[in-house]
Amino acid sequence: MNNSPYLHKAASVQSVMLRVLLALLPGIAAYVWFFGAAILLQIALASLTAFAAEAVVLKLRGKPLRPFLTDGSALVTAWLIALSFPPLAPWWLIVLATAIAMVVAKHLYGGLGQNPFNPAMVAFALMIIAYPQHLSQWPSLPAVVQMDFAAQWAMIFNLPPTQTLDALTMATPLDALRTALHNAESKTTIASAWANYPAAGHLADRGREWVAAGYLAGGVWLMQQRIITWHLPIAFIATLGLAAGTAHLINPAEFAAPLFHLFSGGAMLAAFFIITDPVSAATTPYGKLIFAAGVAFITWIIRCFGAYPDGIAFAVLLMNMCVPLIDMATQPRVFGHKK
Amino acid sequence: MNDISKNGLWQQNAILVQLLGLCPVLAISTTLVNAVSLGLATILVMLLANLAIASLRTLIPYEIRIPVFVLIIAALVTVVDLSLNAFLHDLYVMLGIFIPLIVTNCIVLARVEAFAAKNGLAAATLDGAMMGVGFLWVIALIGGLRELIGQGTLFSGIEMIFPSLTHIQLLPADYPGFLVMMLPPGAFFTLGLLIAGRNWLTARTKQRLPNQHMEAAPSAEKTPPVAA
Repeated sequence: MNNSPYLHKAASVQSVMLRVLLALLPGIAAYVWFFGAAILLQIALASLTAFAAEAVVLKLRGKPLRPFLTDGSALVTAWLIALSFPPLAPWWLIVLATAIAMVVAKHLYGGLGQNPFNPAMVAFALMIIAYPQHLSQWPSLPAVVQMDFAAQWAMIFNLPPTQTLDALTMATPLDALRTALHNAESKTTIASAWANYPAAGHLADRGREWVAAGYLAGGVWLMQQRIITWHLPIAFIATLGLAAGTAHLINPAEFAAPLFHLFSGGAMLAAFFIITDPVSAATTPYGKLIFAAGVAFITWIIRCFGAYPDGIAFAVLLMNMCVPLIDMATQPRVFGHKK
Repeated sequence: MNDISKNGLWQQNAILVQLLGLCPVLAISTTLVNAVSLGLATILVMLLANLAIASLRTLIPYEIRIPVFVLIIAALVTVVDLSLNAFLHDLYVMLGIFIPLIVTNCIVLARVEAFAAKNGLAAATLDGAMMGVGFLWVIALIGGLRELIGQGTLFSGIEMIFPSLTHIQLLPADYPGFLVMMLPPGAFFTLGLLIAGRNWLTARTKQRLPNQHMEAAPSAEKTPPVAA
């Protein structure tokens, strides 16, 4: 018989991070199923780099290695970077991105718990500005299916037989629709552009929509485990759906349907795994709603009117900047005190 | 004399410590040649401005000194601006608005107001030159780093000054470049890292010599307000 008081044992960073990694597995499984094992290689590269970079910085900062290396936060960052990059990107891209995320975005700001910006998104934004040609090359499903793992390996490490990336890649659905719509001469609508898209699935890109569904499943499990609260993902999904839905109802020829937006690009990954980073996101309940809604809205704006393949990284960084303000403005009332 | 040089080059470095004149530092330091050219132009203006104002300082009414200083600086910058346009036209086009903008560079006015207006001719000239050299080496370092990491070369654009020379390809020709370093964020990153490096060096020196240099070290701590 236990006596009161019944105290919760606070979850350790390690157990939280491990469960986040577990929750990523359904999405990764779908990824491997549709696009081959290349993504596992990228994840391994990112993880190794993250450990190495973190060990070096910890050493330089004179911090103990073991507790920080084993807390799993570096792995989460590494996996998120690998999952947001195209699976056949050259190896140095992912290594450079992960090293920047760990050294610049995380440790120069003071390490875990101190970084104002989401490290994975800092790395992604830097890389897409520096190497847009590599980060907009997403492999097309039919081409990847014909590649075995050895060919993918050769591709990533730029070994012979070298293949040109152009033959394997095609525009992502977000890109394809934007290009079609912005092409003034063709006068296409969403429906006709989508009908011409070679890898159209039920909701979005065939294959990647299932990856998104995997993230969704993992994310729901994280909510059930109370690793994340409902505020961030629900507000993100609702805002993105609302913005896309309103525009779609007004002008279905030029604005894609809400489900398309939710299952394209990194939307699901962002909703459950990226914007829920406990360090760089808002922390108060109302603040979380504002933060996630802001990320979703900016993402939608960039997707519809911007020039980059996806807008999530920029949206997250922009809202990261607003977090101190949001948190200050939404402090909950302390019980017994007037506001 | 020694103190003036030390202040200009390191202790009171215009960019790394006073954080003055950052607008041209961030905007023009895309390549080594651009950075050095702007640095030389700035040295010239600072040296002449300090010289002119130190020699006129007893004649300038205190109440309207700032407009007079700015007029003198503007006249000097116009001379530099026109000479560059005449003799190095390509470079002039490259540096664009940032040559005329030396007039508004805070470091020029700051040295004139804080030093030349209160000191003798020789000291003021030396101060202008040394502050300028302090500006030059930092902007050259930023420019060199950004060019090297950004596109793997050094001295690109040297043909604008010496038509017979060409740039050096330091990294292999298939180096993919790192575009961010050539864009404005690269300037902020590089400057931030350099300031951090200087603070680290100062902190280490202070740690090693706990009893000496107590009067020199605090200068690094109080950071003056940032001005563009």
